[in-house]
Amino acid sequence: MFWNGKNGKNGGKSEGNGHHLIDLQGIRKVYDTGAVKVEALRGLDLAVRENEFLAIVGPSGSGKSTLMNIIGCLDTATEGSYRLRGEQVAGLTIDRLAEIRNKRVGFVFQNFNLLPQLTAFENVELPLLFKGTPARQRRERVELLFEQVGLSDRMLHRPVELSGGEMQRVAIARALACEPDIILADEPTGNLDTTSGRDIIGMFEDLWRKGHTLVLITHDPAIARRARRIVNVQDGTVVSDEAVA
Amino acid sequence: MGWRNYLRQFLRDLRSQKLRAALTLFGLVWGTASVTLLLAFGEGLQERLLKNIRGLGENIVICWPSQTSKTWEGLPRNRKITIKDEDIDALRREVPGLTGISGEYSNDSRKFKVGHKVLVPGVTGANPIFAAMRNLIPRTGGRYIDDLDMDERRRVVFLGDGLKKDLFGDQEAVGKYVNVNGVPFLVVGVMQKKEQDSSYQGRDTDRASIPATTFRAIYGQQNYGNFVFQVADADKVEIAKDKVIATLAKIHRFDPSDSEAVRMWDVTENEKFMHSFMLGFRIFLGVMGVLTLVVAGIGVSNIMNVVVEERTKEIGVKMALGARQRMIVSQFLFETMLLTVLGGAIGFLISWGICAVFPAKLDEFVGTPVISLQVGAMTACVLGVIGFLAGYFPARSAARLNPVEALRL
Repeated sequence: MFWNGKNGKNGGKSEGNGHHLIDLQGIRKVYDTGAVKVEALRGLDLAVRENEFLAIVGPSGSGKSTLMNIIGCLDTATEGSYRLRGEQVAGLTIDRLAEIRNKRVGFVFQNFNLLPQLTAFENVELPLLFKGTPARQRRERVELLFEQVGLSDRMLHRPVELSGGEMQRVAIARALACEPDIILADEPTGNLDTTSGRDIIGMFEDLWRKGHTLVLITHDPAIARRARRIVNVQDGTVVSDEAVA
Repeated sequence: MGWRNYLRQFLRDLRSQKLRAALTLFGLVWGTASVTLLLAFGEGLQERLLKNIRGLGENIVICWPSQTSKTWEGLPRNRKITIKDEDIDALRREVPGLTGISGEYSNDSRKFKVGHKVLVPGVTGANPIFAAMRNLIPRTGGRYIDDLDMDERRRVVFLGDGLKKDLFGDQEAVGKYVNVNGVPFLVVGVMQKKEQDSSYQGRDTDRASIPATTFRAIYGQQNYGNFVFQVADADKVEIAKDKVIATLAKIHRFDPSDSEAVRMWDVTENEKFMHSFMLGFRIFLGVMGVLTLVVAGIGVSNIMNVVVEERTKEIGVKMALGARQRMIVSQFLFETMLLTVLGGAIGFLISWGICAVFPAKLDEFVGTPVISLQVGAMTACVLGVIGFLAGYFPARSAARLNPVEALRL
């Protein structure tokens, strides 16, 4: 498969060596339900460089989902500093966060989260609509993305007419639509059979080779080992952080 | 995101939610049609009633000279008051604000004969001004009595439309003669059909008018049976009435506070009552209408709230993909407003259609319903406000969703 979305990206950005794409320092997240306060993240530090393929693992309740929400700007930390390509995310307005999610983060969810009333094409088009891309460029971009995920003949189908693997590929196309800095995948193979799951992981590896930065959240050690770095989160902090041989 | 995308999305939602959309729309259509029809019928009814009242004449007072009921300056009670031309002239000079005044002779024992047909209609002997005061409007090709008829005491007659039909059938009457107790009268005009809900001495459709001078010459009657005056402004009627009594009291030497000497029928009193009644009636209809629309609006708001709840997941996904709050709000507001506009337009068209095919023969009883600009504008405004409110709150609660919470569902 040929990925041309991020050619030359590594050298093209202006930040100097040693700067991290994602830089989390002392992140705390407290859920206040009124009666009880739950501390999901307790002073977590994490740095991710450009073009890393990172797996975040941990048991359920470890805080890894909260971590993903914060990295993806779906949620904000109670305390701590989060720099995304040098820009401080804490304290940004709701609309600015929406813009970051739109342009710099691509989400791939366990349950695909495709809108059932839209065709595959329209689903992939959504982020471009939110970005304000003109209609013609939208069409060209979406067609190119479908070519890349190998589903050009499925563009006008609705999600219910697609297999799980196909739905996840549509979701990946959607995640790539606005050329994001990071692709965040939350248990992307959780709802797939083994073969489709392998396909999807293969696709992630391809993306990584083409220069994308991937953060994969999983509880499956076998899948985590396909990444190049494994971060183990437990009780809201990083307990181990190791490169995969 | 442009409106075209919202529209596309709306049409897609419509497809997946046919029943709910149809029910919402039905509520709005029903509400709008009810309001516009209520107000249209109110408008038509008012026109009808006013037309009926005005059939007798606008801002006129009809006066009958009678007998004194009080003593005055040594004169006894029960003296007969008579009105002649001099009195009418005096009133014309003394009473300010009159647009017309005329004495009226009446008679209902003359035989009208055309061919073999004989009728005994009421006959009025009057001045030309009488036509304007009492809405005796001639059909095209005819006229009312004019000044020349008066000066030359011509034997001409103006027929009510019903009387004309009874005498001449569907044939043209103007230019033909009617034999009145053996004396031929030339028909110079026929009255246009008019609605009239009150009368004295019979309705104008069945009466005939001849010049007052001719009446006097042929029938030898000097005293008017009654007289009619008209005031330009309905507010000045009371002043004019007082002045008429005062003037006549001075000439005929009776107590100006004697209400029996000259009896008066002020038609503006009917109209005054009608106006306050119709105002109340229209306010009532308007309130009913607005309440109906509000109920429809609550229905729409309810449904949109359910829609937001059902589409929480969709909203979460859109937020994750970078939709701004404004876009989420716009989407729901757009959908509600579009539903409202659509429902309003359909309801309005239905009302308009009903008014357009409304049978003309019912006009006599309930009037013809009219969709006035006023009604249309009011309905549009109320619908707009309701559409906005019904959409705004669900939309706001949609935009305030926490994306993490929304996605978890």
